[in-house]
Amino acid sequence: MSGLVLLIPLALFLGLSGLAAFFWAMRDGQFDDMDGAAMRILIDEEK
Amino acid sequence: MTVHTALRGAPVERTLLAVPGAHCAGCIRKVEDGLAKVPGVIAARLNMTTKQLSVEHEPTLRLPDITAALARIGFEAQVLTGEAAKSQGRDTRDLLRCTAVAGFASMNVMLLSVSVWSGAEGATRDFFHLLSGAIAIPTVAYSGRPFFRSAFAALKSGRTNMDVPISIGVLLVTALSLFEALTGGAHAYFDGAVMLLFFLLTGRALDSVMRDRARDGVSALIKQAAPGAMLVRPGGATEWVAADRLQPGDRMIVAAGERLAADGIVERGTSGVDRSLLTGESDPVAVGLGDEVHAGMLNLSAVLTVRVTAAGADTSVAEIARLMDDAAQGRSRYVRIADRAARLYAPAVHALAASSFLLWLALGAGWHQSLLIAAAVLIITCPCALGLAVPAAQIVAAGSLMRAGVLIKDGSALERLAEADWALFDKTGTLTLGRPELVNLEEVPEQDWPLLLALSSASRHPLSQAITRALVGRNVPSALLDDVAEEPGFGVRAMSNGVPVSLGRGRAVDALSTTFTNGDRKAGLRFHDRLRADCASTIERLAQLGLPATVASGDNSRSVAAALNGLGLTAQTSMSPQDKLDAVARLQRAGRKVLMVGDGLNDGPALAAGHVSMAPASASDVGQNAADVVFLADSLAPVAKAVVAARRTMRIVRQNFAIAIGYNAIAVPLAFAGMVTPLVAALAMSGSSIIVVANALRLRGAAR
Repeated sequence: MSGLVLLIPLALFLGLSGLAAFFWAMRDGQFDDMDGAAMRILIDEEK
Repeated sequence: MTVHTALRGAPVERTLLAVPGAHCAGCIRKVEDGLAKVPGVIAARLNMTTKQLSVEHEPTLRLPDITAALARIGFEAQVLTGEAAKSQGRDTRDLLRCTAVAGFASMNVMLLSVSVWSGAEGATRDFFHLLSGAIAIPTVAYSGRPFFRSAFAALKSGRTNMDVPISIGVLLVTALSLFEALTGGAHAYFDGAVMLLFFLLTGRALDSVMRDRARDGVSALIKQAAPGAMLVRPGGATEWVAADRLQPGDRMIVAAGERLAADGIVERGTSGVDRSLLTGESDPVAVGLGDEVHAGMLNLSAVLTVRVTAAGADTSVAEIARLMDDAAQGRSRYVRIADRAARLYAPAVHALAASSFLLWLALGAGWHQSLLIAAAVLIITCPCALGLAVPAAQIVAAGSLMRAGVLIKDGSALERLAEADWALFDKTGTLTLGRPELVNLEEVPEQDWPLLLALSSASRHPLSQAITRALVGRNVPSALLDDVAEEPGFGVRAMSNGVPVSLGRGRAVDALSTTFTNGDRKAGLRFHDRLRADCASTIERLAQLGLPATVASGDNSRSVAAALNGLGLTAQTSMSPQDKLDAVARLQRAGRKVLMVGDGLNDGPALAAGHVSMAPASASDVGQNAADVVFLADSLAPVAKAVVAARRTMRIVRQNFAIAIGYNAIAVPLAFAGMVTPLVAALAMSGSSIIVVANALRLRGAAR
């Protein structure tokens, strides 16, 4: 039983941090250009 | 769209451009690196999903400089104006946020609920219930907003919609569960409330994603007309002015190969103009002093000086845009199948819940238990599966069609496409490829080919360009000519070693023919505008599907008859945009649901008015914007394919409705009898949703 005191807040914390990361990513425009992101990885930066 | 901002002290303007030609990583690099080298450009970023380029630059840099720089790199670009691009996707973002929160909450609440169902007792159960409530109540307040807002709006105007029972159900269940949790009751339905929100929001978010796709690029409507013109000031100075700042009375110089930016009257020069954008007629006409010309026409052969008579919103292009707006109003009255279902469903749910409450109260169950049962009825009947039935099927079918080269631009397009029972085709660019091809090159002696090429490359006339294409394809060298002159309405004349040669309209009156003269040798050249591949089989397939086809063309009857030879279609010819619109309206009044397939600006109003409309990807931007469905191939086959896929989609949607109703037929009596515990509700809800989504996934191969 005493494990619950630790495990429940831990589970909630992990879930909330995932949610926060999703919110951040959306606000930061990470999902604005899904096609471009897949292509940009192929661009050779050294010129 | 140009936004003024101040960055690090220096004034910066941001301009959005549409770059439809970009399609690979190499393009991104070419565009971004190429623009970075242009003086005055601070930063450029290309978004491949929307094909939009955002350029930050100094205010001194003019828009034509940016498009010219892009043209040098090899990309056609159009400046996007208007505010429409800004608000795009805001609804989807909000819905996704709500869905994410509801998803997080339902996972965590379910974790706690499973412990309760597996036998947690006493203080532990009460603690878990309270904890569930602490997660669920803020979630309901946050994620429930889209439903509360819509329900409130409906109630305020005295109507009811599907969101009303959803809102009442969720709020009632949450309040009752809170009461249960605080008083140490055995059952709390927090999991049911948040899970219901999660499933419904998933459906809404999918639907909204479909709608966003449709909105892409709507702001580009009038970009078919030139973005601006070179003006001559009274003093003789020239100045480039944007199209929306042109004034009647201005004099503009239109070079050969440029589109006119405004309506006007020719003051100096003679030339041929291509009116196909406005009328669909493929044959260019000669214009000279005093002739009227319109915005969107393409000047083919020589420089014209034009006095502007109408600009901006008064031009003929803007008039077509207005016709389209009006025509589209009728379509917005279409009621989607999900909404039609909700109209029947919502009152039934209300009645069931209210009667179960009254019945149990009458049987002496006490208000607390009666309310609990009524809430269970509301939760069970709430259309989880119903809310997912339509969007899930549509998004899977749209994905499948997209892989087959058919882009669905509007969520309701598949519904309307499935209902269509008449097909109206445009000719030029729709049934045909819209580019003439030379048929009888062999009739010209081979030693004359270099001469012919030299003549044809001196003109921008579509037929000359077809000759050039044919000869360049055979690696023919070009001869040298003297005194090359293009004569509007006739063709090109020149001298070759003292012998007069010409390429132009001979005695033949057929629009798709021309005569090549070398001294006293003459040769008639014939062209045809090739039909798209699979034209005949597609029209036959459509007829089998119950869509008889007819043709409405802006071209003259001779060209139409020549092009459609052997297809067995009836055609109306020489139609103006208004005539086409009337033709669609006439058919619709006769009870037909018209599928309009067209490509040009002149088809725009008819495309907007049709029950549903399709355009090839080679269409003008206006055509693509007005159409619900765009197909990418050079073949006509996707038209029939899309109709078949749409009908399959609607069959799956109806099956999904049947599943959802069947589930209710079993679950509602249980809820009515007061036998639905939170566990049963959770199982029933997720079970029916999974079945509906799995059924929708069968559409993955719908476009094959």
